[in-house]
Amino acid sequence: MKQYETVIGLEVHVELATRTKIFCGCSTAFGGEPNTHTCPVCAGLPGSLPVLNKKVVEFALAAGLAAHCEIHRLTKFDRKNYFYPDNPQNYQISQLYVPICHDGWLEIETGAGKKKIRIHEMHMEEDAGKLIHDEWEDCSLVDYNRSGVPLIEIVSEPDMRSAEEVIAYLEKLRYTLQYLGVSDCKLQEGSMRADVNLSVREAGSRELGTRTEMKNLNSFKAISRAIEGERRRQIELLEAEKPVQQETRRWDDNKEYSYAMRSKEDAKDYRYFPDPDLPPVEISEDWIRDIRSRQPELRDEKMPRYQAEYRLSAYEAGILTDSRHLAGLFEETAKACKSPKKAANWFLGEVLRLQKEDGLDPEQVCFLPEYLAALIQSLDDGKISAQNAKLVFEKVFRENIEPLAYIEEHGLKIVEDSGALEAAVREALAANPGPFSELKGGKEKVYGFFVGQVMQRMKGKANPAGVRQMLEKIVKES
Amino acid sequence: MELGKHSALELADLIRRRQISVTEAVKDTLDQIDRQEKEIHAYLYIDKKNALARAKQVEKKIAAGDMKGPLAGVPVAVKDNICMKGGKTTCASKILENFVAPYNAHVIDRLEQAGMVILGKTNMDEFAMGSTTETSAYGVTRNPWNTGRVPGGSSGGSCAAVAAGEAFLALGSDTGGSIRQPSAFCGVTGLKPTYGTVSRYGLVAYASSLDQIGPIGKNTADCAAFLEVLSGHDEKDSTSVKREDLDFSSALGKEVRGMRIGVPKEFIGQGLQPAVRQAFMDAMKAFSGMGASVEFLSLKTVDYMIPAYYLIASAEASSNLERFDGVKYGRRAADCAGLHDMYRKTRTEGFGPEVKRRIMLGSFVLSSGYYEAYYLKALKTRALIRQDFDRAFADFDVLLAPAAPFTAPEIGSSLRDPLAMYLGDIHTVAANLCGLPALSLPCGRDESGLPIGLQIIGDCFQEKKILRAASAFEACRGAFSMAWEKEAD
Repeated sequence: MKQYETVIGLEVHVELATRTKIFCGCSTAFGGEPNTHTCPVCAGLPGSLPVLNKKVVEFALAAGLAAHCEIHRLTKFDRKNYFYPDNPQNYQISQLYVPICHDGWLEIETGAGKKKIRIHEMHMEEDAGKLIHDEWEDCSLVDYNRSGVPLIEIVSEPDMRSAEEVIAYLEKLRYTLQYLGVSDCKLQEGSMRADVNLSVREAGSRELGTRTEMKNLNSFKAISRAIEGERRRQIELLEAEKPVQQETRRWDDNKEYSYAMRSKEDAKDYRYFPDPDLPPVEISEDWIRDIRSRQPELRDEKMPRYQAEYRLSAYEAGILTDSRHLAGLFEETAKACKSPKKAANWFLGEVLRLQKEDGLDPEQVCFLPEYLAALIQSLDDGKISAQNAKLVFEKVFRENIEPLAYIEEHGLKIVEDSGALEAAVREALAANPGPFSELKGGKEKVYGFFVGQVMQRMKGKANPAGVRQMLEKIVKES
Repeated sequence: MELGKHSALELADLIRRRQISVTEAVKDTLDQIDRQEKEIHAYLYIDKKNALARAKQVEKKIAAGDMKGPLAGVPVAVKDNICMKGGKTTCASKILENFVAPYNAHVIDRLEQAGMVILGKTNMDEFAMGSTTETSAYGVTRNPWNTGRVPGGSSGGSCAAVAAGEAFLALGSDTGGSIRQPSAFCGVTGLKPTYGTVSRYGLVAYASSLDQIGPIGKNTADCAAFLEVLSGHDEKDSTSVKREDLDFSSALGKEVRGMRIGVPKEFIGQGLQPAVRQAFMDAMKAFSGMGASVEFLSLKTVDYMIPAYYLIASAEASSNLERFDGVKYGRRAADCAGLHDMYRKTRTEGFGPEVKRRIMLGSFVLSSGYYEAYYLKALKTRALIRQDFDRAFADFDVLLAPAAPFTAPEIGSSLRDPLAMYLGDIHTVAANLCGLPALSLPCGRDESGLPIGLQIIGDCFQEKKILRAASAFEACRGAFSMAWEKEAD
């Protein structure tokens, strides 16, 4: 068999995290009752007119600048005409002729090293509504709540050669856009959607093969499987000396197979033309400078800084920067705390554990970083046991309770009173004559058992090191 | 019909001075409607109850001093392509036969704030596509001067209503002459403002880059006052312009001595009805007589105006009218086999032949392979036409032209030859292509007594120059009676 190379380009649609829609003031919130987030504009009523949401331009600019794009200083909107009920005007307002951003790149890193993926363009457009087919009633219903939600479409050049590169590119895009606050980029919820353009060619060939476009890819896993499946399908065709058809295919992730949706011949004529309702948008140098100056530290800059500044491993820095929100909480905790390394350990351990246990998105975690810092300090000062600190943190995490007051109120502070400790130690020794004699016989391991016993009797309010000292003292005396 | 001899401003003045009440004014106009409407059919809907209720409200506000506008209490008619909350807006099309807008067009809010009383919605060519009001799905409107003639179009209902004394003022829309040409045919005054001066929000779009709402009235002063009510920036329309110079009435009553007036000679070439030519020449003389300099000039792009206009207007219309599909509102065809059959049947039944013709033409010129050859070329032509006018306005304050090459044709004579009908728009389309303000006012009558319109075109934002010239001409011409007064003569 010949050697083949896979050539992949992506068209990624990203829903922007603006509060209101792209051409009207309706809410973009997810999950409202059908057709409640609508108005004459996004429901396509006669006589209504679009007015561009400036925030959409700013988000598109932020995304474009982060991806090293050139900016068209006079960007225009075009109408893409096609009849479908999810589209109330029967045209989508998009950008064909002069998209806002063009000719950029993102760098990815895979097992094979670093590589630049070129970005052909980014353009702004509006989302469509949602059709619901009621098989039972044999009718279709349409919900225009999503109609007019802002999107940017990011079109890459055909620079990727494997599923691994595709996933790395998508991850890079996702982190970048999430850090910019431009989108939450959730594939499962549809706020990030990727269409895969794929062709194969004989290794060493410079010409591109005939490509197919694959849709309906709802997870990174589905994307990987679809790429593998399509690569194999096209190679089999070529091996059998059959041509690959230029067509759009729909991936069925359950059956792990793609089906032809439409061929190039039935490609629609969208009759694009400049939207006369929207004047061109002028993007000034000042505006660009302003967006650039407001750009936050991106993950690519944060990760190496964490490694250097907090002496964390690449792995740890990776986990801590997975979400910009959690990274922000961590940085504030680290700042308020004498030991950033300890703050990192709390995040890597307890914070992530509780987030997972409570089924929260990283963005939903919202305790006060000062509280965790204070708790870490109490632990450091030997004022609370590690075990109790974890219990108190659960309260901080879930209810944002001030930890020091809570420790006082619930009597969780380590008891400094040596009389009470001595009594507890004697009690524990008396209650366990067997292990006690082993201890006297010099079996060091048994200390651990007794520390546990004493801690239990002290309800955790003892310092384990102090317990051990007291134990040693009494054993020596006896 | 006692009050009909007054202009809108005079009526409002009588109301302010408590010589008559708003209710009396509205009742008097409704009576005139009752007398005339059977024959004229200017209106598609008349809401008497609402108008009388509104009259009472306005009366109270005027009495309380809360409503001081110069047109408060004036009965007004609205073209049926302008959305009014709670009432039907059909655009004279079957496809919107049951459409009730849930919101007000910006201009409706404006005229309500000004205390004007809306009587009803007027007939028009379907979706404003036509020059005679005969493409309406709801019957023809007859010209009040001669009921065998068309009122012109597409704002034929609005112009006929003013001419017949069925309203003191009316709203029209002008995409290629739809205010000016019917104003000429009906012997009333109509103004298409500079593109962006009046918000299009709530105007059902025909061709978005050309459409503009404007006032229709008995004289220039009424139109200027009405435009002051309608104009102003609206953030809901992205093409709305921020202007400071909206005190249009200040331009009235000034002399035209020294004004530089240009006459594009291509506009008075062949195809002009002799009476129209004579009236136009007389108007030129009148301006010279008043001390203005009147000179001929040449617009080299005249031959390209109609093609560029119909390509651009149809292209935009084909997209603007896509939303009428039976899915969300308006008419839906019965007994459909699936989505595409529903689209096809609904649109086949819902649109008339002229609308279909323009949708097909527009879809064609936007199709891949034809876009560059037709649509893009039309856009380039539009830019060249604009340059032609820029050159003209470097030398002239305003341009004079006929509003139409002929007076009102007979009902039934125009639609047989659509191309000939399109060519009749030769004098008006350029103002839309270039966004220019232009006004038509009566300047005479032909041998059968039908009114002839004089068009005054200005550079963008130069409405005041137009109004200055128009009011001077009006003073020189003398009173031009309304159609219903002719019978009383």
